[in-house]
Amino acid sequence: MKLTLKIWRQEGPRAEGRFESYEVPNVNEEMSFLEMLDGLNERLVEDGQEPITFDSDCREGICGTCGITIDGKPHGPWPGAATCQLHMRAFSDGDVITLEPWRAAGFPVMKDLMVDRTAFDTIVEAGGYISVDTGAAPDANEIPVPKPVADAAMDAAACIGCGACVAACPNSAAQLFTSAKLAHLNLLPQGQAERFRRTEDMVETMETFFGSCTNYGFCQEACPKEIPIDFIALMNRDYLKAKLKNRKLAGRQG
Amino acid sequence: MTYVDGAHRWCDRTEAARLTTTQHPPGSQGASGAPSPVNRRAKRTTFPLVDLYQTAVGKKWVMAVTGIALMGFVFAHMFGNLKLYQGPEDLDKYAAGLKTLGDPILPNSMVVWLLRVGLLVVFALHIHSAYSLTMMNRRSNGAGGGTRRDTIAANFAARTMRWTGIIVAAFLVWHLADFTWGWSFVNPDYQYGAVYDNVVASFSRPAVAIAYVVANLALGVHLYHGSWSIFQSLGSMSPRFNPRRNPLRRGFALAFTAAVVLPNISFPIAVQLGIIG
Repeated sequence: MKLTLKIWRQEGPRAEGRFESYEVPNVNEEMSFLEMLDGLNERLVEDGQEPITFDSDCREGICGTCGITIDGKPHGPWPGAATCQLHMRAFSDGDVITLEPWRAAGFPVMKDLMVDRTAFDTIVEAGGYISVDTGAAPDANEIPVPKPVADAAMDAAACIGCGACVAACPNSAAQLFTSAKLAHLNLLPQGQAERFRRTEDMVETMETFFGSCTNYGFCQEACPKEIPIDFIALMNRDYLKAKLKNRKLAGRQG
Repeated sequence: MTYVDGAHRWCDRTEAARLTTTQHPPGSQGASGAPSPVNRRAKRTTFPLVDLYQTAVGKKWVMAVTGIALMGFVFAHMFGNLKLYQGPEDLDKYAAGLKTLGDPILPNSMVVWLLRVGLLVVFALHIHSAYSLTMMNRRSNGAGGGTRRDTIAANFAARTMRWTGIIVAAFLVWHLADFTWGWSFVNPDYQYGAVYDNVVASFSRPAVAIAYVVANLALGVHLYHGSWSIFQSLGSMSPRFNPRRNPLRRGFALAFTAAVVLPNISFPIAVQLGIIG
């Protein structure tokens, strides 16, 4: 099939961006979306043009590196799939496809379709860990965890940090990412010691980069791991507890 | 204790945060690679409620709690209005009775004034938190130049919250001028205390009746997304109120909206059809 791509080109973080059109003939429907872009880039390099910059790494939907907004939808039309898992059979001959980077003030565009997602690292650095400073790894079943709790924590831990939730949100809010990172620790016994301090620190760090939640639910539609917005409710609840209940202890921590 | 790579030393968490997040001009990359913050981070205070209100998640709590108070008000208001169908004496007696609430114990009009002041505070908080969250979201929204986001997934009510809120607030001013303040250019036949006659006089003008119906439909759209969102903002994790498989949550939102809006829009329609009057 033959496609027309309208791709966002931007030389650098401070440069003005614009859309440019590229004709892509001979697209096989077995190709992955990124293979199709690789093919286009090879041709651009042969023609002596600047290839299109985009992020990718594992190409099997587990690393969270890739991410293109395809026709206004982060990771394209397929539910529960990252850009790398999208195949060209999702499109048909003659389609005009618009490719954009994630759009959010917290994700500055570095080049073309590539954005800087350091803000996510900053949120995780604020509390997305448990402090076990010493000792050997504990035995596997030493701490009992009920199966439903383990399942819920696992659902949250499925977050690959790709940023599609922010890109999908009209408020550029990162509630789904932050709540998933919080929930996978806050639900488990190991995460309890730092639970409320973690919630407070991560939420407040998140708010310096991203917007607030208006319960649209675009994020859970865009999420390649189909993480539900239930975790946002859990985050909201823990945040209130952190502010009210944990106050006396928080004062001592300095 | 955290090991800070750039500084090649161990330090406590606050200092580590200071060392790893330095200020850069907007959009630039610093030596540590961290992009500059988009929103200002409020200083923590010793008052937990003030502290809570400074953050976006806290403002959503305030929005939800004031929303519940306002839902209580619109429901009680609708319920009182139903006396319109019982006739002039009952409605006028009810309106006069509101002023003597808590009668033998409290002075006249005290309860009604306390409720009015409370409502004003609740309205102010609801609107202020909505305004400041909207401003925060504008700042956080990405640089322009791109196409519009695909907005099919969210329902109409969620997308129009700000507009329905503005419509309801504007309608509220008209409504107060119509029946409470009795401004002559809004309701020329206004008479203090004659609630039933005032309502009939106002609603017999077709343009006003249409305006009331439209405003109440806007209120309904606002109430629908609001009463759905409360569970999320207040952190309900009950499986019955799960937003994905949400029979009760969506059902509650629909039932509450219908319970308030249907009687409310029936009043101007009943006057127009001559059932009341």
